[in-house]
Amino acid sequence: MALIELEDVARTFTIRAKVGRLRRERREVRAVDGLSFTVQAGECVGYIGPNGAGKSTTIKMLTGILVPSAGRLRVAGVDPARERTRLARRIGVVFGQRTTLWWDLPLRDSYELARRIYRIPDARYRANLDRCVELLELGPLLDTPVRQLSLGQRMRGDLAAALLHDPQVLYLDEPTIGLDVVSKVRVREFLREINTGAGTTVLLTTHDLTDIEQLCGRVMVIDHGRMVYDGGLDGLHATGQSERTLVVDLAGPSAPIEVPGARVVKVDGARQWLAFPAEDSAAPIVAAVAAGYPLLDLSVREPAIEDVIARMYAKVPIG
Amino acid sequence: MAEYLGERESGVERLRWAVRSWQLTAAMWTRAAMAYRASFALMLVANVLITSLDFVVVVLMFQHTDRLGGWTLPELGLLYGTSAFALGTADLLVGSVDSLGERIRAGTLDVMLIRPAPALSQVCAERFSLRRLGRPAQATAVLAWSVSAVRVDWTWDRVLLLAALLVSGTVIFSALFIGGATLQFWWGEAKELQNSFTYGGATLLHYPPTVFAKELVAGVTFGLPLAFVNWLPLLHILGKPDPLGLPAAFQFASPLAAAGSVLVAGVAWRAGLRAYRGAGN
Ligand SMILES: Nc1ncnc2c1ncn2[C@@H]1O[C@H](COP(=O)(O)OP(=O)(O)OP(=O)(O)O)[C@@H](O)[C@H]1O
Ligand SMILES: [Mg+2]
Repeated sequence: MALIELEDVARTFTIRAKVGRLRRERREVRAVDGLSFTVQAGECVGYIGPNGAGKSTTIKMLTGILVPSAGRLRVAGVDPARERTRLARRIGVVFGQRTTLWWDLPLRDSYELARRIYRIPDARYRANLDRCVELLELGPLLDTPVRQLSLGQRMRGDLAAALLHDPQVLYLDEPTIGLDVVSKVRVREFLREINTGAGTTVLLTTHDLTDIEQLCGRVMVIDHGRMVYDGGLDGLHATGQSERTLVVDLAGPSAPIEVPGARVVKVDGARQWLAFPAEDSAAPIVAAVAAGYPLLDLSVREPAIEDVIARMYAKVPIG
Repeated sequence: MAEYLGERESGVERLRWAVRSWQLTAAMWTRAAMAYRASFALMLVANVLITSLDFVVVVLMFQHTDRLGGWTLPELGLLYGTSAFALGTADLLVGSVDSLGERIRAGTLDVMLIRPAPALSQVCAERFSLRRLGRPAQATAVLAWSVSAVRVDWTWDRVLLLAALLVSGTVIFSALFIGGATLQFWWGEAKELQNSFTYGGATLLHYPPTVFAKELVAGVTFGLPLAFVNWLPLLHILGKPDPLGLPAAFQFASPLAAAGSVLVAGVAWRAGLRAYRGAGN
């Protein structure tokens, strides 16, 4: 069942900028530019792209906060902008940059308000709260005013707040931003439990690719408001034209190695780095090097996902 | 997975839910304010004292004259009391909407928009504080004194009209707060303009229409419907001639003007939400 559907969705912002002393110029920014995708129930999708790519704008349209300029959106059977409050009962939202919790009140009070605003039946509320408290280790924090919580504690508090009403979809906009390694691990574990255990559909934006690697079976990459990749994590390598690296140790310093199918990218004394397309076999290159040079040792390095994506961002024409 | 969606809601249910959401939000703010309880009583007293100064100014004017624009002190008390009551109650209930621009810039409006409660209810209840009871309380005191001191035969039509004008006036000021704040969706600095409608308008209504130019009186009758808050109905209650010579029906039209204002403010708010661009990150 398709839970999220977008068809040719666009959102433009008009920016009025001062040019010169008196003239003002209107300029259109296409934050999202003809985006189409579908997310099935139960998926965990990573939504990534460079700064300003349009990720947050997409999430805001999917929650009904922003009205799209064009295109068709449907989330859990509802048009978000037209029936925002109706949709709100079916989705959970976590913004890493801001909190939905009540600053001056104990954590518990925010949850109590959620119980009433979302009209959560008592038994369900208690079961869900107990589960979140256990998984996120919130017990000792429930009576602490939110302003006294650390960033990581607050983020855990926000995660619980977004899930008390059993949403079908959970949107997370940079949920691990600013967290230390331990907190990130805990948040990821929780999200995995929510997605695989409870079956909640998750759409996650992040700049930390470890989040994606550990959680998401599918990744969507956007840039300048357009989809540049949608598929499995492994498929990224092919699309991103990633390269593997052959690190070669020779008997002594030498001129850059010349073999077919690879090129030298770095030389440091007796050690040289050769890059070759990730999908090619390393064997003929190794054979050619061994045949023509005094080879002592070698190793092959797989491309880092960061590099692949950085290359992908760089490749997209600016439009 | 549990679903608590219910069927499509009727208008009445939606209104009830809007009020309920306001109550829930206001209760949260009241509790949050408890954290700073010591200042509460102090602020309430300060509030009463400061708002009382308005009326002290009026009383002082009457040291040298016994009429202002043909109106006596108790009659001015009625003007003052009704205007301050309507403004103060509207301010208590929805006045926080005037910081909409700050909510937008801080991104807290986004947070309100993801809850299944009307955003308007949440914005209006933001920073709710009983401290704002100061103005309506003081207005009620002035009103009580004026009603007993003024030379009026309190027949049932006058009593009803007074009650109707207090409610309509509160609704008109509420609509002005909301309609004015809505401008902040397009223009971040609109708060000053809105404050001049509401607080400025209320001060205007402390004085009789006869002391102002006819153009101004016409402007607040047919433009911003301020004249319906108290000027027009009080003309009937006090049996005074209308400086604009309008038909007597205008003196009973405050509820209609209130309904019209609510309609306009509601449409404006919806348009504002559609134009909303988010906080930017
Ligand atoms: N309220 C706004 N007014 C004007 N321009 C906006 C507004 N919100 C977003 N934009 C612009 O739209 C584009 C997309 O922004 P968006 O916040 O969606 O990017 P993002 O992918 O979330 O980036 P980041 O990784 O930095 O969070 C940017 O060029 C941004 O400047
Ligand atoms: Mg963003």
